[in-house]
Amino acid sequence: MVGERQQVLYLWASGSALDSPVVAWAFHDGSGGSGPPIPVDEPPYATGVAALQDGWFLLQSSQLVAPPPGQEHVNTFLDYEFVLERRIPCT
Amino acid sequence: MRPGVALRTLVRATTRAVPTGAEGDQRPHHLVRTVGPVFNEHRMEPTLLTTRQMADFVTDGYLRFDALIPDRTNQRVLEEIARLEDERWAPEGLKPPDTRTPFAECYPEPSAIGEYLRHPTVQGIVASLVGLDCRFDHDFTHHLAAGSTYLQPLHVDAVMDSSDPAFDVQLFYFPHDVAPGEGGTRFVPGSHLHRVVSSGLDRYQRILGEEQFSGPAGTVMVFHHGMWHAGQPNPGTGDRWMHKVRLNPTKPQVRLWDTADLDELHNLPTDHVFATMAPDSVAHTFRRQHRWQSVNASRNEQIQRARLWRYLTGDDDYDVDHYLTRLELHMEVGSGG
Repeated sequence: MVGERQQVLYLWASGSALDSPVVAWAFHDGSGGSGPPIPVDEPPYATGVAALQDGWFLLQSSQLVAPPPGQEHVNTFLDYEFVLERRIPCT
Repeated sequence: MRPGVALRTLVRATTRAVPTGAEGDQRPHHLVRTVGPVFNEHRMEPTLLTTRQMADFVTDGYLRFDALIPDRTNQRVLEEIARLEDERWAPEGLKPPDTRTPFAECYPEPSAIGEYLRHPTVQGIVASLVGLDCRFDHDFTHHLAAGSTYLQPLHVDAVMDSSDPAFDVQLFYFPHDVAPGEGGTRFVPGSHLHRVVSSGLDRYQRILGEEQFSGPAGTVMVFHHGMWHAGQPNPGTGDRWMHKVRLNPTKPQVRLWDTADLDELHNLPTDHVFATMAPDSVAHTFRRQHRWQSVNASRNEQIQRARLWRYLTGDDDYDVDHYLTRLELHMEVGSGG
């Protein structure tokens, strides 16, 4: 039986747009290594759009939420997160 | 070090004669006297940090001192921290100091760990950042056996900390050579002023500009307690050892370093990148944008660095690019003056 396994790629960008430069990333491979790896470049894709061009599909982008009063100038986690997936056929 | 990541310019402390006890010396008493047992059987004053080093610490969250501790001490420390690892929780044997122990009373002679902690440059680092009257929080021996595949998630060593500018420091001491990629600590320069919860950082496998320690035996790094960091696998053939100690200040951390160059480098609050600015100043350092930081995060960083510098210098008017002053002016005007 043919099925699919998911590869998930997190990209964090320096701006809120999908074509903003990537500054951080994480890769999770549900295919157990049978699917293609991500490029060895650092970062693996210069932008989220470059990942789309390599066959990734966008699942989610972070919402733009104004910081609560009093926290406007406090940095916390990385701001602009994009979650992408790639489905790998498997038997 | 990770491929493609340039080695950070090493920060080396220079050995400078620090005037002591002279008439008119305005330094706090605890900086003038010789504190605790002496290093290498010679009475040496702490080598305090400079204003440039303090500005780098505020900006990057750490300083690095390569091959600081001599090999004789390194060898003794390797034996002692191996004992500490074995005996820390054993019924008998070598024990760490109790939490809240005065720093000067930690690891008394003939302890090798104590010998490292009493090195004049280590004393100067501690004196400059948290004061020699600081207290021991805890220490730990971080041992990665040869071939270890343990990959620790990125984290900070606390829960969500308060917004107080006061901070702890953590000394990371590597008593033997650490080759690139062989278990050196991963860390993210400039992450220390981000307010996060520790396990929220697990998600970041790689961040541009992060570093993985490698360097010669005897290297000491000092981290702001908020620095994001993580242990890494050790594919090498030798065990990797590192001793980490956390210290808590007991008094405001105001002008504890060698401030001889402070007047020269401490910019006016009007220093503004889009108006007029001094070419070589603390503000110039504080404008440093780390590769992983967005424009917005970088501006927030400047605000947080300026805020921390106000605390460290006692100058409530200090600013970089008018950010804090502008906010305060708006608050004043909005409240009717």
